[in-house]
Amino acid sequence: MNSTLIISVLRSAIRAGTPLLYATVGEIYAERSGVMNLGVEGMMIMGAVSGYAMGIITGNPWIAIFLAGVVGALMALVHSVLSINFRVNQVVSGLALTMFGLGLSSLAGAKYIGVPKRASLTTVKIPVLSKIPLIGEVFFNQDPMVYVSFILIPVLWFILFKTKVGIIIRSVGENPAAADALGVKIYLVRHLCTIFGGFMAGLAGAYLSVVYTPAWVENMTAGRGWIAVALTIFSLWSPIRAMLGAYLFGGVEAVQFNLQAYGIPPDVLGMMPYLLTILVMVFGAEERIRKRLGAPSALGIPYVRGEK
Amino acid sequence: MSEAHGKTALREEREIEPIVEMRGIVKTFPGVVANDHINFEVRAGEIHALLGENGAGKTTLMNILYGIYQPNEGEIYIRGKRVEIRSPRDAMHLGIGMVHQHFMLIEKHTVVENIALGFATKFLFPTKEISRKIREFSEKYGLTVDPNAYIWQLSAGEQQRVEIIKALYRGADILILDEPTSVLTPKEIDELFSILKRMKEEGKAIIFITHKLDEVFAISDRVTVLRRGKVIGKLKTAETNKKELARLMVGREVLFRLEREAVKKGKTVLEVIDLYALNDKGLPALKGVSFTIAEGEILGLAGVAGNGQKELVEVLTGLRKAEKGKVLIRGVDVTNASPRRIAELGVAHIPEERLKHGLVPNMSVAENLILKQYYKQPYCDKFFIDRKKVLENANKLIEEFNIMTPSPITPAKLLSGGNIQRLILARELAGSPDVIIAAHPTYGLDVGATEYIRKILLRERKRGSAILLVSEDLEEIMALSDRIAVMFEGEIMGILPAEKASLEDIGLMMAGAKRMGVVA
Amino acid sequence: MRIVVTRRIAPPRWFEIAVRFMAIIIALLVMAIVFWAYGISPTVAYKKLLLDSFTTAHGFSETIVTMIPLLLSGIGLSIAFKAQLWNIGAEGQLLVGAIAATGLALSFPDTSAYLMIPLMFLVGFLAGALWGLIPAILRAKLQVNEVISTLMMNYIADRLLLYLVSGPWSVAEVIGQVAYAGFYQTNLLPEHLWLPVLGGTRIHWPTLLIALASLVGAYLIITKTPLGYEIVVVGENLEAAKFAGIKYLKVALLVMIISGGLAGMAGVGEVAGIHHRLRSGFSAGYGYTAIIVAWLGGLNPILILISSLLFGGLLRGGYLLRTMGIRIGIVNMFNGIILFFILASEFFSNYRIEIRR
Repeated sequence: MNSTLIISVLRSAIRAGTPLLYATVGEIYAERSGVMNLGVEGMMIMGAVSGYAMGIITGNPWIAIFLAGVVGALMALVHSVLSINFRVNQVVSGLALTMFGLGLSSLAGAKYIGVPKRASLTTVKIPVLSKIPLIGEVFFNQDPMVYVSFILIPVLWFILFKTKVGIIIRSVGENPAAADALGVKIYLVRHLCTIFGGFMAGLAGAYLSVVYTPAWVENMTAGRGWIAVALTIFSLWSPIRAMLGAYLFGGVEAVQFNLQAYGIPPDVLGMMPYLLTILVMVFGAEERIRKRLGAPSALGIPYVRGEK
Repeated sequence: MSEAHGKTALREEREIEPIVEMRGIVKTFPGVVANDHINFEVRAGEIHALLGENGAGKTTLMNILYGIYQPNEGEIYIRGKRVEIRSPRDAMHLGIGMVHQHFMLIEKHTVVENIALGFATKFLFPTKEISRKIREFSEKYGLTVDPNAYIWQLSAGEQQRVEIIKALYRGADILILDEPTSVLTPKEIDELFSILKRMKEEGKAIIFITHKLDEVFAISDRVTVLRRGKVIGKLKTAETNKKELARLMVGREVLFRLEREAVKKGKTVLEVIDLYALNDKGLPALKGVSFTIAEGEILGLAGVAGNGQKELVEVLTGLRKAEKGKVLIRGVDVTNASPRRIAELGVAHIPEERLKHGLVPNMSVAENLILKQYYKQPYCDKFFIDRKKVLENANKLIEEFNIMTPSPITPAKLLSGGNIQRLILARELAGSPDVIIAAHPTYGLDVGATEYIRKILLRERKRGSAILLVSEDLEEIMALSDRIAVMFEGEIMGILPAEKASLEDIGLMMAGAKRMGVVA
Repeated sequence: MRIVVTRRIAPPRWFEIAVRFMAIIIALLVMAIVFWAYGISPTVAYKKLLLDSFTTAHGFSETIVTMIPLLLSGIGLSIAFKAQLWNIGAEGQLLVGAIAATGLALSFPDTSAYLMIPLMFLVGFLAGALWGLIPAILRAKLQVNEVISTLMMNYIADRLLLYLVSGPWSVAEVIGQVAYAGFYQTNLLPEHLWLPVLGGTRIHWPTLLIALASLVGAYLIITKTPLGYEIVVVGENLEAAKFAGIKYLKVALLVMIISGGLAGMAGVGEVAGIHHRLRSGFSAGYGYTAIIVAWLGGLNPILILISSLLFGGLLRGGYLLRTMGIRIGIVNMFNGIILFFILASEFFSNYRIEIRR
């Protein structure tokens, strides 16, 4: 294996991992506040179709991507109202959104099949940095959305763990009763985090359709939304770990067909992300790990003041 | 010179005027008057104990002060001004802080993160400023705790300190502590008391809810005694003694005694030997509990809730592990046996939390009635449940126990509280059990249902059952029990025959102030 | 003016059925709007969709064909849901059932059908049961969230299928060729192992029989056996179950074995009865649709039968809609809307809304 191959593989891993990363970190915020959003796949595909359509209509990739985020956010609003205000079963609500999103996107995208892209983001080499051997080629020879994620994700990590806002969010997900007793507005925090999650999922979908793949294809997310849900757990709810996991899972996706030549069946490799997630869940179930790194204690449980 | 003198005079005057005054507070819940025209006041720079049994109304009163409840009648004055406290936020703004019995802390976060949760902290790196302030509080009051420790790493005493710091951080001058020592070790209790004393010297007002007489005398300046929602006494601690307080706490009225016939006691059925067990937090809940109950006998277990009764019942019914010791039923060792095995040996359990443990709400009355027997003859024969027999049984029990229900197939959750209890009784007692463990069987029920259940217990006693009656209602214990045991902090303080039991003794034992051992 | 939400003690029986009925009606109305937005007359669309599926002989037979896996999986799911075990993994359990049966059939191509066909269903059951067992153990012993674990197992099963049909079990001519984005498949199963069908239709009646038998069996188990009793108690009130001496581990395992096994057999039916070979993508998301079928049916056997028939007809009709230029994705939309309205209506049946001035 020569270095060109390694560089190409790593570069692809980052590219493939970027949509996963956006969606996962969004879901991390939602779950950290206590809301389980299984509608990520639906929000992603809707983001993809919206981004593609907006790209063709406006010709501007950034507007398209942003509007796709808005679409994802609106879908998440439906989920959050149902889950938080109506206290419905969050699993079913998320599933419903996914199905709905898949269906609607396929209908909406029908007229764009075969229509070539107008807007896209091309790779931009960052001067100086991209000349660094190996690292430069891998990290600094990417498209702008990747660069945005390099900055955005650490910022999101910082907010979650080093600021007051982050403490509030995490407390709402751990012990909403305690936070409520201190005047925190539980519903508001959860709504905002869930909507943010949807926005990020929309962005992720738009990245797929506007930047990553050549054209709109029905159901193009191909289950990436579910991988994002798995990644949320795999990363033990931390954006930085999510970055590593996203590139790892993205790497599997990028590399699975290449390794065929070496006798590793691509589909067996493709099982890895899911198997690893189950393993992480088993590992995280142990008492001491759960205390430190486990799921937010109030995840998926609707909050009612005073109700047992 | 004269200025200083004037200031001293003013200070004396201020000392007399209370910082907290609650006048004529009335609070009712459906069916019960929790606070009945209560007048209560606290001064700055004092530790004021609020003493009473469970249900006396102490926590309700303080929840009103902290804004969790609103009173039906009455007024509250803080620093002389009339105020409305509609929520804990209002209370905090007025300088009132409360440390609840069950801590409201986030286990996965650090101390500083928990304290940062409220308001008035910076956006970026809020933890730095808080660490500084924590060190301040440590020096001032002795509230030592590692700011960067995770809550789950801390002992109960340290966690409590975090709660106190939380309140102080928000500028609390008035601090309410609800049964603070219930989770502490003796050493931690000493540490807490010295912290409280220093806070008092700084001029804070501290309200200390308790049922333990030792504590009242250890740190309080004044004590207010509540019983059944009324203020029974308001005293300077230095001017009273344990006996007087115990008497005030439990009262001296003539008790209504049911017709309790003399029943010949039979052989010992239930033996508990030196039982040790932990509670949910991993702390010792039972510390060497021993007693026996014979056929035809009711042993009443008195004591304020939270002293190990729940854990004892759970160990006896197989729902909790015993760390040490033995439980024998007619000589058979059932220590740590499964709930099913214990039930099959003839042990009935009337649970404390009816809805949680005793009932499957959406199943029908008939189906609930066979909760413990669905897998056996005659209800289950090989593979199938015999619906007919189930209904027959249901009809029989509905009549026998007078369960008011539209039909045997009505969902159980539609029944009233009293009828749910009848259902549970019917189910448990149907098999003529040898041992009955009744945990707070009449809690929350109306007079009629209460009388009925007590009658049933006496009937079972006559039939020869050995009954353990756990109750917070002293009147009930005195009326029904042949012998009375008192539990305090996981130990049996004393077991004595009902005739020899005086309310005063029981009150003292319940408050941890006396030990009597087993009296014949 | 305040909106006060109080919990209802007990929604009346009829209310729950009425509410589901409303859900379907409203979902149909929303779909009508979608049709209209596409410039298609809703009445024409619905006529095509529903009439064909339910009133024509051929259409109805196809509806039944689609109904079979939904019914079989749906029954299994209803048992799991009753115990509050959120089995999202019916799809994966279905796939591994199909895989197991195919493996058996391809390994013993000359053995008699009388022996093989029951065996195929058996290994399908066992494979599905195993697939459901693993998340069950993880849940009972380690409190691992079964929603995620069953979901992950779906994807693992899917990859396993892809691997087998593009690799070791691939049709002889394809091995060695470069991958292409089509579908892969195995060789045809030996003809004598194809499930018999009702004359002229594609209805593979052995699976249908198994489905109906399971329906009856599930009903009997839940309502008449001690196990069913335990399942209901566990699902209603876990604390009371402990109190009654019921072992959660035992109940969870048995429930998931049954649930996974039934879905596995549905997979066998699809492979041996319809496609006669294992091919990638053969399951049109049946496992997920079965979740809705079970939910819409309120976990009640008769209602599940009706609901699976309804969805069978809808799915079947969805294919027809393609001819009118509407993509198949519309069925997904419909599913999503139905779920939403069931959710919302569950809320309304559990809580009462009052507007107080």
